[in-house]
Amino acid sequence: MDIIRMEGITKGYPDHPVLNDLTLSIKKGECFTLLGPSGCGKTVLLRLIAGFESPETGKIFIDDIPVNDMEEGIDVPPENRGLGVVFQDYAVWPHMTVFENIAYPLKIANVPKDEIQQRVMEMVDIVGMKGLDKRYPSELSGGQQQRVALARALVGKPSLMLLDEPLSNLDANLREEMRFEIKELQRKLGVTVLYVTHDQEIGLAISDRVAIMDENGVIQQIGTPWEIFEQPANPFVFNFMGIANFIDVRRDGTNFFVGTGTQPMPWDEKPEGEAVDWVAAFRPSDVTISREDKGLHGIVRRANFLGAMMDYLIEIDGAFLRTSLETHHAIARDLILKAGDTINVQFLSLHWFEKETLKGVRNE
Amino acid sequence: MSQVKTKSSFGVAQLILFLSIAVLVVVVAFPVLLILFNAFWVEDHFNFDGAIMILQQPATYQALKNSLIIAAMSTIGSTIVGTFFAWLVTRTDLPHKKFMKAMFLVPFMLPSFIGAMAWKMLLSPNAGFINQFFMQHLGFTGPVFNIYSYLGISLVEVMYLFPFVFIQVCGALERMDPTLEESARISGAGLFTITRKITIPLVLPSILSGALLIMLYSMAHFGTVAVLGIENGIYNIPTLIYERIHQSGGSFDAIRTGTVLATVLVISAALIIWAQRKILGSGHYQIIGGKSFRPMELKLRGLRMPMMIFCFLYIGFTILLPTVVIFLVGSLKTYGLSFSPENLSLDNFKFILFEYAVTRDAIVNSVTLGFTAAIITMFAGVMISYVIVKMKVRGKGILEFLGMLPFSVPGSVIALGVILAWSGQFGVNFYNTVWIILLAYIARYMAFSLKANSAALEQVHDSLVEASRACGATMWQSLKDIVLPLVKPGMLAAFFLIFLPSLRELTVSIMLYAPTTRTIGVAIYTLNEDGETVISAALAAIALIIIVIGQFIINHFSKKAGV
Repeated sequence: MDIIRMEGITKGYPDHPVLNDLTLSIKKGECFTLLGPSGCGKTVLLRLIAGFESPETGKIFIDDIPVNDMEEGIDVPPENRGLGVVFQDYAVWPHMTVFENIAYPLKIANVPKDEIQQRVMEMVDIVGMKGLDKRYPSELSGGQQQRVALARALVGKPSLMLLDEPLSNLDANLREEMRFEIKELQRKLGVTVLYVTHDQEIGLAISDRVAIMDENGVIQQIGTPWEIFEQPANPFVFNFMGIANFIDVRRDGTNFFVGTGTQPMPWDEKPEGEAVDWVAAFRPSDVTISREDKGLHGIVRRANFLGAMMDYLIEIDGAFLRTSLETHHAIARDLILKAGDTINVQFLSLHWFEKETLKGVRNE
Repeated sequence: MSQVKTKSSFGVAQLILFLSIAVLVVVVAFPVLLILFNAFWVEDHFNFDGAIMILQQPATYQALKNSLIIAAMSTIGSTIVGTFFAWLVTRTDLPHKKFMKAMFLVPFMLPSFIGAMAWKMLLSPNAGFINQFFMQHLGFTGPVFNIYSYLGISLVEVMYLFPFVFIQVCGALERMDPTLEESARISGAGLFTITRKITIPLVLPSILSGALLIMLYSMAHFGTVAVLGIENGIYNIPTLIYERIHQSGGSFDAIRTGTVLATVLVISAALIIWAQRKILGSGHYQIIGGKSFRPMELKLRGLRMPMMIFCFLYIGFTILLPTVVIFLVGSLKTYGLSFSPENLSLDNFKFILFEYAVTRDAIVNSVTLGFTAAIITMFAGVMISYVIVKMKVRGKGILEFLGMLPFSVPGSVIALGVILAWSGQFGVNFYNTVWIILLAYIARYMAFSLKANSAALEQVHDSLVEASRACGATMWQSLKDIVLPLVKPGMLAAFFLIFLPSLRELTVSIMLYAPTTRTIGVAIYTLNEDGETVISAALAAIALIIIVIGQFIINHFSKKAGV
């Protein structure tokens, strides 16, 4: 059953359309991530669901009840939508203690005092803030403030929780820790989560399903993290899901040659289609290099030692690719290279795209 | 709670917007419009030539010229004095800088018409204490300085207005990134070149913006010119408006002359505000950030002590001396006696506080008016700022425009406007009551409230309110539980920013008072005009005491509130 259904949503600002005829549904109980580059309209979408903004056209249903139906003039204000929202900047009220912050939704809902006490303390416990309930936000770290925000969003037992880049203000270690805590909370409390972020790592780590949105607010692919990563629907998704390498390949009859040279592409599955110019796409981790005479011959153009990893830029007949391998592997296999060395390149995985379709996606 | 409640909210946003617009229209826009209307609309038709003719009459033309001359002289003088002292206390190793800086801000809280009275006592051509001293003891045949002159008026205005420039330039010099100057130094520029090519261009917007504020203030300034100019027939626009309306008891001709002159004030104010915005909005200013730096300090070396003595002399001469004179004269039994102990007593103070109905009423009136105006304006200001800063609602543009009005309408214009609006022509007659003064105070001080409250509201991030809406709070509940507690310091600041100046208000009250509705300012001024110099000085002294105590309370509060 869908907890959220959006149909034909259009939203824009005078000189800048954001969402156009967008349709999306989110299933009850899942952790759904909306992933896209900054400024793509993903936050607008979340704000539409929360009711902070109204669409120009289209319908939004929460639990099959229309909360926005522009033709019928339905526009339910945010306080009546029964959602939990967690903001990027925490939005913890500075003039209230941790306890008062978390208790506020219950106070508004006229929950009896002793029940408030019990439920808030339970929530304080769940988010790991025991003993800090009398503190003011100014006395808390960023991570602790975000826990308060989470507790506040969850204390009213909402069926849906919206999170807008909740971790982007935290440092890297805390971010990693918090994302698993959010996932754990979601499982424990059975709440549906809509998570909006530009960070594909978080998206893949915690989601049941992921939607990828492009700069123009169009959803390019929806699927499980695995599907998105392994079977990207198009170059945009592929590029967005990790640093991608694209090398030019040209068709000559039934042969496919790399760059401007005459080395045939060492890959069995040839692309289907009549186009002359093709692009082979792969991730840096999908490249293997060796000194054996197998695969394509290339020249190292730049070698960087990054501590645990070695990073190489390799040219093959005018086409460039980047690859990296663990330093201790490189030492073991005699692959500590320097600029100017020749090396052989093979691929573990390749995606074919027509060169035409790549305009605007490829950033070299 | 997880249940969706399909109940649409009624138009709270529209209601607040409507209320906000209504307040500004009734209090500011309507009176100002009436002035413009009366200035150009005569006997059912538009009459531009008539307005020009009024301006060409010798008296009005002279008043226009006087306003310009005095404003120009005061502006130039204040800018030089303000910039010099600002540089001295921020960029040199002058001793006792903190104390000096505090002292240079004191004129801000002193009412300039009380200062003007003090200078009249000191430097009036025949009776002034200083002039008399020179004539009796040093063999001068005539007065050394005549305060009843353009120069005299302008100098007194400079003493009270230079803090506008001082405070702006101090701020700019303190916030200027010292690396800008250091990099010029490394590039081989000498101190003089750095000052000329780097420092002054960077601080220039602040200097100009302060200077324009002084210009605006001085053009429309009533008190000093009224005290020092009328004796010698020097009228500026506000004093002429007052004189005409006062003398004629509100005749048609007087009102019309008043409205035409007021229109000139409104237009010049609008131009000045526009120029100021333009200067502050230009790119130059952004190099000066909000951060405080430790600036480079110039060593004054041999000039250190002379400069310090100069500053102390300035402070003593412009701040201490007039204050002492007011207190001394206020303690005299009769004006004209010498300041010997047997002539001084506290009887005058006792008299005005407990026996004399005029002054007692004036104090009560000022306090109640100030308090009521401050409360009303504070709440109205929060509401209007909230719409302007926070709300996304159609029709906000009108409010933004109306919200600019209070900043650019001088006091005497407001006074004339409320007379036109609320003395019976439109079914409401508040003339000669406290209500008309209250309305005028609200209009006059709305700008302060809007400024303080929008600054506070901008600190309240939108997501704080959205978070409470998402928690199930309605808009009203969010306002009550989240917004109001967070803007409380701003509201408190607004309250005091209105309450204190209103205690010493003169420009507006003088046009609107009736025998029973004198304010402190009016009482001091009229008693002085009637020759009750010692009583007037005693009341001025009491006003000064109230103002200083009030300022002390503000400082205490604002430190606590962290404003």
